[in-house]
Amino acid sequence: MSRNDVIQLLYIVAFSMFITGLRMLRGPRTAVRGNQVAAVGMAIAVGATLAQPGVGDWLLIVIGVAIGVAVGVPAARSVKMTAMPQMVALFNGVGGGAVALISVVEFRGAGGDLPAQELIPILFAAIIGSISFWGSNIAFLKLQELMKGGLKTPKAVTAVLAAIPVALAIVIAAGSESELLFWLILLSAGALGIFAVVPIGGADMPVVISTLNAFTGLSAAAAGVALDNTALIVAGMLVGASGTILTKQMAEAMNRSIGNVFFAGVGTGGGGA
Amino acid sequence: MDLLTELAILVLAAFVGFEVISKVPNTLHTPLMSGTNAIHGIVVLGGLLLIGPAEGFLNEFLLVIAIAFGTINVVGGFLVTDRMLGMFKDKKKKPELEE
Repeated sequence: MSRNDVIQLLYIVAFSMFITGLRMLRGPRTAVRGNQVAAVGMAIAVGATLAQPGVGDWLLIVIGVAIGVAVGVPAARSVKMTAMPQMVALFNGVGGGAVALISVVEFRGAGGDLPAQELIPILFAAIIGSISFWGSNIAFLKLQELMKGGLKTPKAVTAVLAAIPVALAIVIAAGSESELLFWLILLSAGALGIFAVVPIGGADMPVVISTLNAFTGLSAAAAGVALDNTALIVAGMLVGASGTILTKQMAEAMNRSIGNVFFAGVGTGGGGA
Repeated sequence: MDLLTELAILVLAAFVGFEVISKVPNTLHTPLMSGTNAIHGIVVLGGLLLIGPAEGFLNEFLLVIAIAFGTINVVGGFLVTDRMLGMFKDKKKKPELEE
């Protein structure tokens, strides 16, 4: 068995543990253990990836991980119980940001010259990742009450903002190798994320965060297709799909529909929560 | 791996994801969201895979940030979920919410 086979097997172990962990998170009695199972699965996936041939620049990896631990652990430890939703929003946001950055580097590394089966998932990952990053940060600011509502985004503006990154992505997919266009995709998708979340009231924010959580999962799955990495594909898609179902259930529990939350605007918020 | 195999895996994972969340008690919505949030921190793998072959300061710089972001997502995500669920344990005396 080659080293690559072992890595692939470890990935299978890892995503089996993600699925088991998610199943256990459904019930109050098994939830704590479920979270731990998923965390061990993640450790296995990371370990297997580090063993991959060609993985290197250890100094930079250590720097990146050290920064992540130095920021993530104290933040998770010290956050007040009442501030949990905005903490989740922030963690979700950085996940989306990571996807967006990875997509830029993929594009830049190839000088923009990529086969369609890599380019299209990268463009998808860039758009969704950027929406998730900026949207989640706004969700955080609003829940933390650092930003007050009031600004109402007309539907037409949202529609235009949604059309811009898609149009730019089509230009790149059609053959443009412009890096500037790629950055503009990230910027315009970010603007969409901001303007879509700004008008939404605090009571509806958990549904928004859950939606963006599913988005980040989808973007991670797309990045996985581009990188030929099964662990990313499976874990990302699991979150994308289960996050969508969860969003629907959360909205139902508050007597709201997802469409209501995103498009009803200010002043109608707070159906139940 | 060829694209169609990857698409097959993608579609199957989507169905598993849809099925794995059946009826969840309302109190577990936020921890479950937080748990799935930690799982998509797996994007950190993308940064780890790309940083070795990456050339140029900007690419490396962006990937260090990506790895830091991914690590925050994973480590913070699992820790916060654990803390939320720890809160549940204290209130264990309450009647079980499982159907």
